[in-house]
Amino acid sequence: MIAVVDYEAGNLKSVETALEHLGADFIISSDPLVLAEADKMIFPGVGEAAQAMAVLTKSGLDRVIKDFAATGKPLLGICLGSQILFDHSEESDTDCLGILPGRVRRFSSKMGLKIPHMGWNTLTHSEHPLFKTLPQDKSFYFVHSYYVEPQDEADIIGSSDYGHSFTAAVSRGNVMATQFHPEKSGEWGLLILKNFINL
Amino acid sequence: MLQKRIVVCLDVRDGKTTKGIKFKGNIDIGDPVEMAALYYDQGVDELVFYDITASSEKRGIMIDVVSRVAKTIFIPFCVGGGISSLDDMKKVIAAGAEKISLNSAAVRNPDIINQGARHFGNQCIVLGMDAKADPAMPSGYRVVIDGGRKQTDLDVLAWALEAESRGAGEVVLNSIDADGTREGYELNLTRMISENVGIPVVASGGAGKPDDLADVLTRGKADAALIASMVHFGDYTVPGIKEYLDEKGIPVRL
Repeated sequence: MIAVVDYEAGNLKSVETALEHLGADFIISSDPLVLAEADKMIFPGVGEAAQAMAVLTKSGLDRVIKDFAATGKPLLGICLGSQILFDHSEESDTDCLGILPGRVRRFSSKMGLKIPHMGWNTLTHSEHPLFKTLPQDKSFYFVHSYYVEPQDEADIIGSSDYGHSFTAAVSRGNVMATQFHPEKSGEWGLLILKNFINL
Repeated sequence: MLQKRIVVCLDVRDGKTTKGIKFKGNIDIGDPVEMAALYYDQGVDELVFYDITASSEKRGIMIDVVSRVAKTIFIPFCVGGGISSLDDMKKVIAAGAEKISLNSAAVRNPDIINQGARHFGNQCIVLGMDAKADPAMPSGYRVVIDGGRKQTDLDVLAWALEAESRGAGEVVLNSIDADGTREGYELNLTRMISENVGIPVVASGGAGKPDDLADVLTRGKADAALIASMVHFGDYTVPGIKEYLDEKGIPVRL
């Protein structure tokens, strides 16, 4: 059973329909007991870091997610869910969950870049079970103004380019995260979700 | 590298896809869910559904369309038309849309942009803007609403900048003068908006051939190009257009 963390942050519907489409055994829940019992966890999110952290802290889900990560069971963060796994975000100067070492930074508009970085961008990735049978340089759907900067470069498993190279996917032990939205990235996105389901 | 998006627009009336010229003479051209599936298979980057249903009692049909589309395609899609409250937005998002396009309602009540952005994030709120050439306006273009039937006092550029500052994450810029003519996008209008706002701009209105997209994505500085008639009537296909753009050196998702 995969648990999808419901914490009032954005669009769970698209993760839900993608998992349904793939025939996954999953539940969407904000119940700490249900989340703790799951075999895998997906931590999605769209929205703002400080607000999301406030909801997580208030509901005690911050502790639930940290405990889950510590069990060694597979955890996948998506977009804002990916950023919040890190130590700190520049967005509203927010302390995050601290499960992954590193910081979250804002793209600079000085280079004439449109912000948010919105649309399809190519992914260069390293060997990882999440990317099993995924060719290089396929496109994924991104929509974000901030990007993660892992402290340990060995955690980076995927990169894209927007003005400069930035981290698009990370993995540290059982904890994985993508900045792009696999649930909205067509067949290659579905492949990544399928690979996560089959871990 | 970030690619230029090809967005297909489906105007939906009473649950059916329809298409007109300059917002008039609409004819039904198919089932929106089936058409969404077709364009998804063809590799379209994004879809926009505009609900042009006249009566509010039939709006429920649109929510049903949105929810069936969400189960069928795994790419982002935007819904616009007739959305005028946070409650309307919640229904559309809950049904599975990624983005909401606010047009006439935002002109009447600009605060709805702030409300939507606060609740769902900037990336979710798209300003839909219909522009009509008017030398009396500072930028040369006036904002019109209600499907082009009603003039406003707003200047296109000033309104785009205000919407951005209120939290809109994208602009879909539609030229009323070019809409449905298939004679090319309004390049000057598109470039002016794109060079002055810090958010992505989707050009809309006037696409008739692949070269029109190439023009608006390069000279027009658009981040995405919206098409409808070109593909709805079978003259071109999404992959055909993308191949053409790729050959011209424009980055697209193949």
